[in-house]
Amino acid sequence: MLKVENLTVSYGGIEALKGITIEVPEGSIVTLIGANGAGKSTTLRSIMGLVKVKSGKITYQGEDITGLKTSEIVARGITLVPEGRRVFPNLTVYENLLIGAYLRNNKEQIKKDLAWVYELFPRLKERSWQLAGTLSGGEQQMLAVGRALMSRPKILMMDEPSLGLAPLIVKSIFSIIQQIYNNGVTILLIEQNANAALHIADWGYVLETGKIVLSGTGKELLENEEVKAAYLGKKRQASAI
Amino acid sequence: MKKEDKILSIILIAGLFVFIAVADKFFNLYVQRVLNLCAIYTILALSMNLINGFTGLFSLGHAGFMAIGAYMVGIFTVPVEIRPMVYFMKPMHPAIADIEMPFIVALILGGLLSAFIAFLIGAPVLRLRDDYLAIATLGFSEIIRIVITNAQSITNGSLGIKNIPPVANIWWIYITMIISIAFIVLLINSSYGRAFKAIREDEIAAEAMGINLFKHKMMSFMIGAFFAGIGGGLYAALLGTVDPKNFLFVLTYNFLLIIVLGGMGSVSGTIISAYVVTAGQEWLRFLDEPLSIGGIAIPLFRPGFRMVIFSLLLMIIVLFYRDGLMGTREINWEMIKNFGKRFKLRRVKSGEVQ
Repeated sequence: MLKVENLTVSYGGIEALKGITIEVPEGSIVTLIGANGAGKSTTLRSIMGLVKVKSGKITYQGEDITGLKTSEIVARGITLVPEGRRVFPNLTVYENLLIGAYLRNNKEQIKKDLAWVYELFPRLKERSWQLAGTLSGGEQQMLAVGRALMSRPKILMMDEPSLGLAPLIVKSIFSIIQQIYNNGVTILLIEQNANAALHIADWGYVLETGKIVLSGTGKELLENEEVKAAYLGKKRQASAI
Repeated sequence: MKKEDKILSIILIAGLFVFIAVADKFFNLYVQRVLNLCAIYTILALSMNLINGFTGLFSLGHAGFMAIGAYMVGIFTVPVEIRPMVYFMKPMHPAIADIEMPFIVALILGGLLSAFIAFLIGAPVLRLRDDYLAIATLGFSEIIRIVITNAQSITNGSLGIKNIPPVANIWWIYITMIISIAFIVLLINSSYGRAFKAIREDEIAAEAMGINLFKHKMMSFMIGAFFAGIGGGLYAALLGTVDPKNFLFVLTYNFLLIIVLGGMGSVSGTIISAYVVTAGQEWLRFLDEPLSIGGIAIPLFRPGFRMVIFSLLLMIIVLFYRDGLMGTREINWEMIKNFGKRFKLRRVKSGEVQ
């Protein structure tokens, strides 16, 4: 569904991505894991057209979308839940959600989707008239996800949805990701919480300083010794013995 | 909007019309002049708030846009017969010397020209952010003023244009004000308005939601410039004269003061503060007169003291109400009804009403 080929991106001479290739098949959860500065966020931002691609190609449903405007990419059904939530603090929850549906015109459909988002996050319904800046961190993350869903994405890309949240809320975020996935939305997920991400992912990529060093199904990666050592905080069994 | 609220709004506007009729008939010219200035400043401050408060673009070019509208009215509504008298230093350029327009046409053209120029300078300037945008637009406003000062065969240069027919009576001005307020309120509550606010809150998130940043910034900038031009046109027709010195950058600060005081991002706050500031500057005029109590002259009362007091008041307000009077909130019917209820409840509690 979404294909990234040999993508390179540089920020003023420093290469953040050195030719990565990933594929997100329809109806799957794909995750990118890696340390800080590995280029995970840059990958998502370049898919969204938020940063300029130096070389490489991004295709979506067979169409080349490299270099398109962000609004055109969103209109095609790719949406990003940005890192650090980035809700609009002085707008109400309801207004935040409507901005997610900015590019859509069908009022009936928008209403239906709003009802769906409220069903997924009952908390948001209770607080629909509250300013988004007054919500707790977890609620803001829910709002950020809900806002993205309001654009009716075919692919939902999430940048560190568990960042800075309490473990209990992280758990519920992950269960919601799965619910969204069950609703037929393809998901591309970036996480530092590699353990949780790999558990729900069909396929995972490991990024290291702008290159893909490893890929495999979620299970394979979970069992991979190097991944365990580097990202899951478990010691290599070989050295333990 | 609920049906009940709609009826209340219609009653409010009808009440305003009654007030204008009364003011037109019975109020003296000085009070009328102040009321008119208040309304014109409301239009100008509101259009500036659309750009600065709602879209978050720190633009200081308002005096320039206003000048464009004012000069459009000034140049084209002065009757052809008396133009040689106005342009006595250098005759008017032959291409425009015989063009005379009715006030309303010149007013709208002034707004449109202002919006068009906003479009031209917006293309490079709106890529800047924050202070840089402020500096660029401030420069633009000064350029407009200097161009006007030097294009003598069109604008009569630093002599200004006198004898503009003073058609802008209280009806003209208040009806224009109501239309401007209604337009801006509808715009802000539409999906465009939400997009503006989203850009103000967080550009990157807004862009990620598919909002075309440049298009919306440009739209807000042009609409703001349009109403600034309209406000300028009314101003010219109210004063009966325009002069490049009217449009010094200090004028922009006046509007900035109004919107900061009223609340960046609040329509009702802007309206209230436009009236308070404009009328306040008039009412505090007694401070400029020498004052003596019991034969002793109070030393501080002299020309200029008014502005000192005014600045002090401002400092106090900015210190204690950092978001201005209203912040980003609005007065709506719900709030007024709730206030009434609360008041009634208190009286019930204290046993005044059963």
